[in-house]
Amino acid sequence: MNFGDAVFENEEKAIFNLRKLYTEYGFSKYKMSKFEEYDFYVRNKDFLVSDNIITFTDSDGKLMALKPDVTMSIIKSSKDIKGFVQKVYYNENVYRTSGDTGQVKEIMQVGLECIGDIDDYSIAEVVLLAAKSLECIDKDYVLDISHMGIIAESLAQSGLSDAGRNEVMNAFGEKNVHAIVDVCQKEGIKEEKTALLCELSRLSGVPSQVIPKLKELSVSDGFSAAVSQLEDVSEMLKTNGCEGCTRIDFSVANNMKYYSGVAFKGFINGIPGGVLSGGQYDKLMKKLDRSAGAIGFAVYLDMLHWIEKASSDFDVDVLLIYDQGAEVLEVGNAVKELSRNGKSVMVQREIPKKLRYRQLIKLEKGKVNILENNA
Amino acid sequence: MLNIALPKGRLGEKVYTMFEKAGFECPSIKENNRKLIFENTELGIRYFWVKPSDVSIYVEHGAADIGVAGKDILLEYAPDVYELLDLDIGKCRMAVAGKKDFRNPSQRPLRVATKFANIAKNYYKSIGRDIDIIHLNGSIEIAPILGLSDVIVDIVETGTTLKENNLEVMETIVPISARLIANKASFKFKTKQIERILESMREQLKEQKK
Repeated sequence: MNFGDAVFENEEKAIFNLRKLYTEYGFSKYKMSKFEEYDFYVRNKDFLVSDNIITFTDSDGKLMALKPDVTMSIIKSSKDIKGFVQKVYYNENVYRTSGDTGQVKEIMQVGLECIGDIDDYSIAEVVLLAAKSLECIDKDYVLDISHMGIIAESLAQSGLSDAGRNEVMNAFGEKNVHAIVDVCQKEGIKEEKTALLCELSRLSGVPSQVIPKLKELSVSDGFSAAVSQLEDVSEMLKTNGCEGCTRIDFSVANNMKYYSGVAFKGFINGIPGGVLSGGQYDKLMKKLDRSAGAIGFAVYLDMLHWIEKASSDFDVDVLLIYDQGAEVLEVGNAVKELSRNGKSVMVQREIPKKLRYRQLIKLEKGKVNILENNA
Repeated sequence: MLNIALPKGRLGEKVYTMFEKAGFECPSIKENNRKLIFENTELGIRYFWVKPSDVSIYVEHGAADIGVAGKDILLEYAPDVYELLDLDIGKCRMAVAGKKDFRNPSQRPLRVATKFANIAKNYYKSIGRDIDIIHLNGSIEIAPILGLSDVIVDIVETGTTLKENNLEVMETIVPISARLIANKASFKFKTKQIERILESMREQLKEQKK
């Protein structure tokens, strides 16, 4: 059966396109339960986007949680096999409470995870798929990419206290250069070290412009290794025609407790917040006693309602009204005939207020009469 | 079109002058009327006046691309926005104040009256003091006088109101000033315009400090 584009909502279209994309790259679908034991999340609460987990007690008296996150469940079921990378994608609902209002929300997420013996190729492939995922939704997108290794090395050389580093991390997320200067001044950090942190926070641009600057700024071998990894990722994006829409930007500063390497966030013009978020989370794997590495991302489909679907001027192609005495079969046959060419037909006894119809047709004594033509 | 949320009042007027100097003028905004939205279609810019505490909400949700909000509001509500510049105006401080003869009741939680519950909570958490918060929306100064609270956490500008009510500042929590904020997604797609404003405002601040 062929469906016209108009039949699908933005979210539905995105799901189909993203599933197709991930399957093309050999990712297989992963299905999971809606519940997990609460204890599983509570030890790594900071990894979750929302602090509040919705819990209930099951019939055995165990405290259960409505799944607030998909990644941790996938890690639990994966295995560490040398030389093997498990590649899965998912399309699941997660349950979170909204920060502003405390309301419980069901959010549909599509995403993928690459868990196992990951190398530079796996990392570049996942970032490329993140860019392509955004492209599937809308061509007018920006993918911000940063590297936690670069931020970590710069903080390590600064000599800031742990509290100071946390404040600077927050400031990176806000592009808040004046806060970085304040924290460094408070802790008596040398000017050139403060300048490096400020410079990193300000940097934002296409990889071909930013990577040479990063090479100049490098302060350690770890810093240079991270820049070289960003370079590989950028080459992959460039080869696939995605470089123009990607930016190296260190305002993507994920939680250092869980994330270690590349981190990224995607934006679409017209949507006020990020619609895609991801990164390499080897540290989370370690916390869960796993030796393998992992990288993945999620697309927040609930944000897509911000993009207005090209709205039609009409709610329905044909409004068919009929007399009280009309036979059921007569009306049924008229609908069948009118909808033969793919037209939408709404049957009513009277004309509904505010309904915008292309054509108004009345069924009278078994005959259809066109009363109004609006297009 | 670049949408800019300005805080109603004297601070907003000062801030508009900075935008004007940056080359983003909108003469109709100076007309004496009750309009809230002003456009300069030639420059592709639209200003609107909103309640100062709402600026960050407009920006976070993308109704405004950029705006000017006090650091007090940013600390209290922690909106997910970029904080691009300290504009060095609207300066004051967030402080703990109490009656001049106040003695800290060490045997029970401290009763704190405030409009800024999160700032108060975070401050007392950082010094390990147990508190009970009494959330008020205005006239905070009378709370210790009437015995409703031991202290207040509030914005102090000159300290005159405190003095007139026989209160004094006991601790400064954080200095406050107006900040230029931007919606994270808007910053990606309207980069040039926003950076032009940012650059000009940085220059203006440098000039002022000379």
